[in-house]
Amino acid sequence: MDDIITLDYGSGGKKTSRLIENSILPRLNNPALGELGDGAILPGAERLVFSTDSFVVSPLFFPGGDIGKLAVCGTVNDIAMCGGEPLYLSCALIMEEGLPMETLERVLDSLRDACRAAGVQVVTGDTKVVERGRGDQLYINTAGIGRLRFPGLSPKNIREGDRVLVSGSLGDHGATVMLARSGMAQGELRSDCAPLHRMAAALLERCPGVRVLRDPTRGGAATTLNEFVEGAELGIELEEAAVPVRPAVHAACELLGLDPLYCANEGKLLAVVPPEEAEAALETLHSFPEGAEAALIGTVTAKNPGRLVLRTRLGGGRVLQKLAGAQLPRIC
Amino acid sequence: MPSAEELLKAIRELPPMPVNLMEVCGTHTMSIARSGIKSLLPENVRLLSGPGCPVCVTPAEVIDAILDLAMEKEITVATYGDLLRVPGSRPGDSLQRRRALGARVEMVYSPVDAVELARQSPEQQIVFLGAGFETTAPGTAAAVLTAAEEGVRNFSLFSMLKTVEPALRALIRLEGFNVQGFLCPGHVATVIGAEAFRFLPEEYGLPAVVGGFEAEDILLAVYLLLKQLAEGQPRVQNAYPRAVAPAGNPLARAMMEHCLEPRADLWRGLGRIENSGLKLREELKDFDAERKFGVQIKPPAAQSPCRCGEVITGRLSPKGCPLFGGRCTPEDPMGPCMVSSEGACAAAYKYETVE
Repeated sequence: MDDIITLDYGSGGKKTSRLIENSILPRLNNPALGELGDGAILPGAERLVFSTDSFVVSPLFFPGGDIGKLAVCGTVNDIAMCGGEPLYLSCALIMEEGLPMETLERVLDSLRDACRAAGVQVVTGDTKVVERGRGDQLYINTAGIGRLRFPGLSPKNIREGDRVLVSGSLGDHGATVMLARSGMAQGELRSDCAPLHRMAAALLERCPGVRVLRDPTRGGAATTLNEFVEGAELGIELEEAAVPVRPAVHAACELLGLDPLYCANEGKLLAVVPPEEAEAALETLHSFPEGAEAALIGTVTAKNPGRLVLRTRLGGGRVLQKLAGAQLPRIC
Repeated sequence: MPSAEELLKAIRELPPMPVNLMEVCGTHTMSIARSGIKSLLPENVRLLSGPGCPVCVTPAEVIDAILDLAMEKEITVATYGDLLRVPGSRPGDSLQRRRALGARVEMVYSPVDAVELARQSPEQQIVFLGAGFETTAPGTAAAVLTAAEEGVRNFSLFSMLKTVEPALRALIRLEGFNVQGFLCPGHVATVIGAEAFRFLPEEYGLPAVVGGFEAEDILLAVYLLLKQLAEGQPRVQNAYPRAVAPAGNPLARAMMEHCLEPRADLWRGLGRIENSGLKLREELKDFDAERKFGVQIKPPAAQSPCRCGEVITGRLSPKGCPLFGGRCTPEDPMGPCMVSSEGACAAAYKYETVE
């Protein structure tokens, strides 16, 4: 364990896991937290889903979105991935002295529009201002509460032969923000930032056998799929040729030395479904504009337990690890 | 271009003599690992990684000097992302750690970005860490020239620029050198030309094939190397003619020669090699960070167990290193090969193959 926090601890990859396991869980663990889902399922008469996320993206505005839209979609999606219907959000703004009012209001307008689009309301909040140089313009934290509609989603449900679905092309958000940071021309790159709860609910209604849902944000699809099989008796095999990646994302990743499978997404879901429901699941995703490029990308195997394996175009098999720790700028 | 299957078939039909082939370009290293080529080649053909990753060939004592420089109050270090996590002689001590301790470290994608950063931050001294071979040297030289012409006097270059030929010569002279042919770096060859590798067959009797970076490019180069060996006729072949001209790029070389001159330089695993590094010429000395800030390269501050020096000279395979995957991982690297995006150990770790 390092003696100081470095950027790697915020990557969403191995070091983030280590921080949670070594420093946070030993002090704060309880049954709801210990599940380590995208959100917590709370006990009680009407079961609730509760989640929180902080947003420190730079730049604040990027093609396809901004920090305000991201702050709503991120938390809405976390609740949706737990099988919840998102209802209420809190919103805390941490502003740096000198932030132009106009910038703040643009972000708030976008945040309002995203709330309307997602059908949620901000019902409580907080504002703080830090001295100039003590923050980077604007940080936002949102927390959200939803009603649990589809209980029981968990990586523990995964069985051999299950299929892995993705709701669309991978890496759009990460590649867009990285390229925006580099100052290079954007071309047709757009963040995929979008709320997923309607598509997720339709999927769970039509396919009650869905084992687990998750949105592959920081760390990308490879890190999320690793989490599904970590310590399990099963592995996941991905077909490289089946993984949807836009040519512009592929090109940007080549340029920046990134891998789309490790780039953040903000409007995609990964689902593991029993084989008999795979076609229906794909059809459901395809019926939504945000799921038009959904694809079956992999299979749960008894081979290579605990590991995510990519079957390459040449036919070789290659292990995909969790993200080791990004040199990535802040992207969400 | 024949398909991968056709090339593999042609390779299998050649006489099965045991050979070691070496690539000396980090992009080749990564491409070979990513495409799983090693597992597809017959057992008698071994591919080794040589000193082709610019970050990896930089020795620990030079990284130590950079880490010290980064702690100077008025200095902002501008670097490619690759160098951020590379440890100096103390494991864990890297630019990333120094940044967390208060050093100013900015990631840039090109030397031009670093000059721009200098323009925007007149109160700071911007030191660009220029690592690379002949591929990056012309662009780095051009950026320094721009800074000089436009009077961006708070910009300077910490040159870790190196040239390939002296290192290959030193490598071939190493005791126990056991490589029968070189997959020559396509990117470097775009600048220096395929003909620049003629010393390999002519002086050392070693086949040399310049190769591109797709799986098929690499398989073609491997096939040509094996064919030369089978026929006993070592020579230079250019298997990447869509990018590499026989004489390279004269404009890029002129830019290098205009701004840079050879000097003795330190290499990890190879030690000091005469005329193997590039520094700014006297006319540009004001932009030379080593002179500007009186940088001294001292012996390593600590004895590191890192064995990257053996890895990049082909004497130790990444997985043969006792630290690999245990004490040394991409999240806690002991040396550059595990953490540079073009390092042989990073490639072996990231692209572990399975059935």
